Amino acid sequence: MTETEIRQAIFDSLRKIAPEADAQKIQPDENLREALDIDSFDFLNLLIGLHQRLGVEIPEGDYGQLTTLSALVRYLSQRLTGGRS
Amino acid sequence: MPSLGADMTAGTLVQWNVKPGDAVKRGDIIAIVGTEKADIEVEVYEAGTVEKLIAQPGDKLPVGTPLAFIRAEGEAAAPPIPARPVVKKGAPARVKASPLARKLAAELGVDLEKVHGTGPQGAIERHDVEQAAGTPAPPAVEPVREGSPVALGRPTEAAPAEPALGMRHAIAMAMARSNREIPHYYLSTKIDMSKALDWLDRFNQQRSVENRVLPVALLLKAVAHGLLQVPELNGFWIDDQLKLSAEVHLGVATSLRRGGLMIPAIHAAHQKSVEELMTALRDIITRARSGRLRGSEITEGTITVTNLGDLGVETVYGVIYPPQVALVGFGKITDQPWADQGMLGVRPVLTATLAADHRATDGHRGAQFLEVLRRLLEAPENL
Repeated sequence: MTETEIRQAIFDSLRKIAPEADAQKIQPDENLREALDIDSFDFLNLLIGLHQRLGVEIPEGDYGQLTTLSALVRYLSQRLTGGRS
Repeated sequence: MPSLGADMTAGTLVQWNVKPGDAVKRGDIIAIVGTEKADIEVEVYEAGTVEKLIAQPGDKLPVGTPLAFIRAEGEAAAPPIPARPVVKKGAPARVKASPLARKLAAELGVDLEKVHGTGPQGAIERHDVEQAAGTPAPPAVEPVREGSPVALGRPTEAAPAEPALGMRHAIAMAMARSNREIPHYYLSTKIDMSKALDWLDRFNQQRSVENRVLPVALLLKAVAHGLLQVPELNGFWIDDQLKLSAEVHLGVATSLRRGGLMIPAIHAAHQKSVEELMTALRDIITRARSGRLRGSEITEGTITVTNLGDLGVETVYGVIYPPQVALVGFGKITDQPWADQGMLGVRPVLTATLAADHRATDGHRGAQFLEVLRRLLEAPENL
């Protein structure tokens, strides 16, 4: 899966959580939760959406690495290309 | 037209989900009513048969106006309906009202027949009379359109033109009333959350992401459990006295994405496990944000919990949602220096606050509650 496809999967999941926000405008290094005003409940829904779409289960211990869009793309990319899954 | 909030005076029928002749049972959603805040599903409280729909979608009606006739199981057919439906089901001989409400109604010249009661079983309370006295006379109800077809679906003119303004207005009314009437007192305590978070970690490790539990579910569990030990904070201030609730219905302050706030309640929270509370929380947050809450969920909360920890706030000083008598606030869990048995360490610390009505309880009782809450969260295995 390419980074563009991963990014698309993230945007699709975010659209369900924050339909009024334009996720495409988020800067790669901006804090995702602050930029979209999403709380821990929404963030959990984002991870559920990504799990259902990409099959990647993100352990709680890794949440701290996932603050920005670029970090999330990098993390998912590693997990999908033979990193630990 | 049910009262779906402390300061609701009128609502708009958005749609009927039933038609004459339909059998209904307790809990069925029979209609959707538009309030200033949101569209709310209206439940039926007893089993029976829909005899007649009086209100039409699009009608804006004062609280207390009959919307439909439902013949209760075993009840004889209702009398013929006059052209102007200023009638009550079965024409009760005596309106149910508290003695104080009766006295006040006589003093103020308020006709109890026309007051909508918000007390137990629809009984009229003192504040219902006060509200009726201070409210302009309700507009005349349109005559029943005999024989007109029941229109289902959303009418074009049902919702207010500016829903966001309506939401702001509803919040303004409730909060202004709170600030005007309730002498708040505030207490706070710091809680070492290391054991609670360890417990949650272990709990979540065995679960897929879909079934994970957020710390807030544990906080709700602790509040519900704590209220069983300090029940004076769980109830309503009505007619100048505290009315305790045997059930803990936890109102959860839920921000909406387009601004504004709803406080849907998790019913019987004291009987639910942490996992069940998480499921219930997911359900009411999702429905609050998509506008599918039921009337009972927004009117029956016995206390409110607000959690602003997601935004980095450390301490919450809440405004009580009347006629409730307390609000519990939680801030962000942050690593802080913590002295324990003479040793200084770093612990994840949560600040819990209580805003309580000084008419109903004193600081001593409030302090007992926060102490119970602290003890429960520092030994989560007992929850």
